[in-house]
Amino acid sequence: SCSVVMLLRKNLAAAGPQKFTQEFIDKQVEEFEVGKRHLANMMGEDPETFTQEDIDRSIAYLFPSGLFEKRARPVMKHPEEIFPKQTAIQWDAEGRPFHFLFYTGKQSYYSLLHDVYEKILAIERHQDKMRNKGLFTSDTKQILLTGSRWLLKEEIEENLVENISVQDYMRLIQLMELLLSMPYCSLEEEFILKFRKQLEVQSSKYEIPALQYDPQGVAFSFADGRRKSAKASITLRDSGSGNITINGRNYLYYFPVLQNREQLMFPLLFVGMSGRFDIEGSVEGSGHSAQAGALRLAISRALLSFVSEGEVEKMRQAGLLTADPRIRERKKPGQEGARKKFTWKKR
Amino acid sequence: MLVFFLFCFLYKSRLSLQYDHEKISERHTGQYYTLPAAHIQKLFPHGLPPRFQLQIKTFNEGCVMVRPPALELISYLKKADYSKPPLRYILYGDVGTGKTMCLSHALHYCYTQGWLIVHISDAHLWVKNCKELLPSSSRPSRFDQPIQASQWLKNFKITNERFLSKVQLGYVWTKRERTEKGQPLGELVDQGVNRMKSSSDVVGAVLRELRLQAGGATEGEGAFKLAVAVDGLNALWGKTSLKKEDRTMCEPEELTLIHNVRKMMKNNWSGGAILTALSQTGSLFKPQSAYLPSELLGEEGFDNMEPFVPVSVSNYNEKEFESCYLYYLDRNWLQHSHSRSEEGKKELIFLSNKNPSILERLCAFL
Repeated sequence: SCSVVMLLRKNLAAAGPQKFTQEFIDKQVEEFEVGKRHLANMMGEDPETFTQEDIDRSIAYLFPSGLFEKRARPVMKHPEEIFPKQTAIQWDAEGRPFHFLFYTGKQSYYSLLHDVYEKILAIERHQDKMRNKGLFTSDTKQILLTGSRWLLKEEIEENLVENISVQDYMRLIQLMELLLSMPYCSLEEEFILKFRKQLEVQSSKYEIPALQYDPQGVAFSFADGRRKSAKASITLRDSGSGNITINGRNYLYYFPVLQNREQLMFPLLFVGMSGRFDIEGSVEGSGHSAQAGALRLAISRALLSFVSEGEVEKMRQAGLLTADPRIRERKKPGQEGARKKFTWKKR
Repeated sequence: MLVFFLFCFLYKSRLSLQYDHEKISERHTGQYYTLPAAHIQKLFPHGLPPRFQLQIKTFNEGCVMVRPPALELISYLKKADYSKPPLRYILYGDVGTGKTMCLSHALHYCYTQGWLIVHISDAHLWVKNCKELLPSSSRPSRFDQPIQASQWLKNFKITNERFLSKVQLGYVWTKRERTEKGQPLGELVDQGVNRMKSSSDVVGAVLRELRLQAGGATEGEGAFKLAVAVDGLNALWGKTSLKKEDRTMCEPEELTLIHNVRKMMKNNWSGGAILTALSQTGSLFKPQSAYLPSELLGEEGFDNMEPFVPVSVSNYNEKEFESCYLYYLDRNWLQHSHSRSEEGKKELIFLSNKNPSILERLCAFL
């Protein structure tokens, strides 16, 4: 997501004098467009409808890379995404700054604050006009703010190409709230929405495995799960009696440890369907706990197709659908293990 | 509501069902019946599983659940013809399903009917962890286990006290120490207990005597039926973990005790029954997934035991699980409040998969 990208950007304002001139960047943009058309021709596709996804796909095909770090692989993107946004030189040949707020140090931030205040004043004037006409009402069209959040400090910094402090950011948000509190704020709706970001509905991210039907009419579904380096895949059959077979053996004998059986039990018990399903699973890799975790994830995913929307959200909040990202940490040279150091000798 | 009704019924029937084997039938599947304390002391000085013994101590009573395999076994015993060679019954099933308990139940039936019991509680104990292995005094290629043999003779004495004076020895077996004709069995057993060196041979002699006499007299004082019960049958034909003095592995045939028990297993005598149970938990060199007779006995054992009547023991079904759960509730064994609710019960069903031993271990820390 873009917030991650924000954190990785270096200090923008301290970039110093412009490294790339505007002409240079324009030339790069031209070259990119031409290159895009060439690439489309090479791949035998239509140059007019060649999107960024197609470019990524073609580059991955033409330059296959075995590098693990995705950011080190060959990439062809629009120059705006590659070259960091920079401030143009803000003073003319005689040293006079262009912007009137240059000497505040954060010219774009303060000019933004000015703009917002201008809008507030404009709305107040509009309000007075309506009052004079006698058409003043408090219940005007309100801006819908549910499902969105204010832009983060880092995102605003990226937009302004400037560093701002936490207090500056809070001041800006206060001003926006003030703008929102006025009755006729819907006049400036699109301006405000530029500073709000839509949140995606989390539970719609999960793809629910399709529910298939047996010749006898019994519903079943497949699902996979992973944990550490264990891979599990299961078949969940309806109208069963709670038998669970893993790798051909009963789960009681495959997982003699109570903790692992509890892990298997958790999704079924949470949804309340413990005696309803028959589960047939195969799992390989890693150790017994990781295998139990992988199976648990697979069971939760398979249950999604038997369960209602509200239950899906509950399961997500219970953490049943999140894949555990913890992996074995790499051993570093100069150390005994991942964290353990060699014996420290004073001399 | 149904649960409450079942609970009342079970509670009443638990108290009223004493050891009256005549009245127990398929209707009573799932209900508990109490083993009288005196019987436990006499019949099972060594026979019951250790966890069950702990349970007896905790609850101050020994309650056994009536289950279909045990009922099946008892019905066969009731119908069998004792003038013919003995039928061999093998109880088999997955780990923890209750084979030893069913065997004990059937043995209790035999005891109440006045049979003579030869009970080897765990044959695996004789093929591993033996401290003293003496070369046999009577036969050069065999090995004796004096401690195990004398221990077993002591238990045998406790169980079959009333028979010791009745059974007369029919012949004399030559050895350094002789026993006269017409001596009661009790003396022979005492001799074995007192003199450890010859105890294994005494065991062999006792078994031989009982075999000869079991079907002999149909009436009169010396009449008795012989019940031979072996738990952990697969130990007799498996491998041992004992080593001879020259560091080679011992074969089971080379052990006197095992050899004599094997002879018992053959059906060349009459007037009794052979009840056995397989056991994977104590077995040596067998994978954990093996539970069928062919897997655990091996080729040799299977051929020896054929023909036999297999009785399969499986996990609790719904009714039996219900009964066990109510029993634990009744004895206040399930202390956690969550275990008394429906949710808790579902958890117990899932976590134990209705396996008796796993359920017992689960409830132990609730």
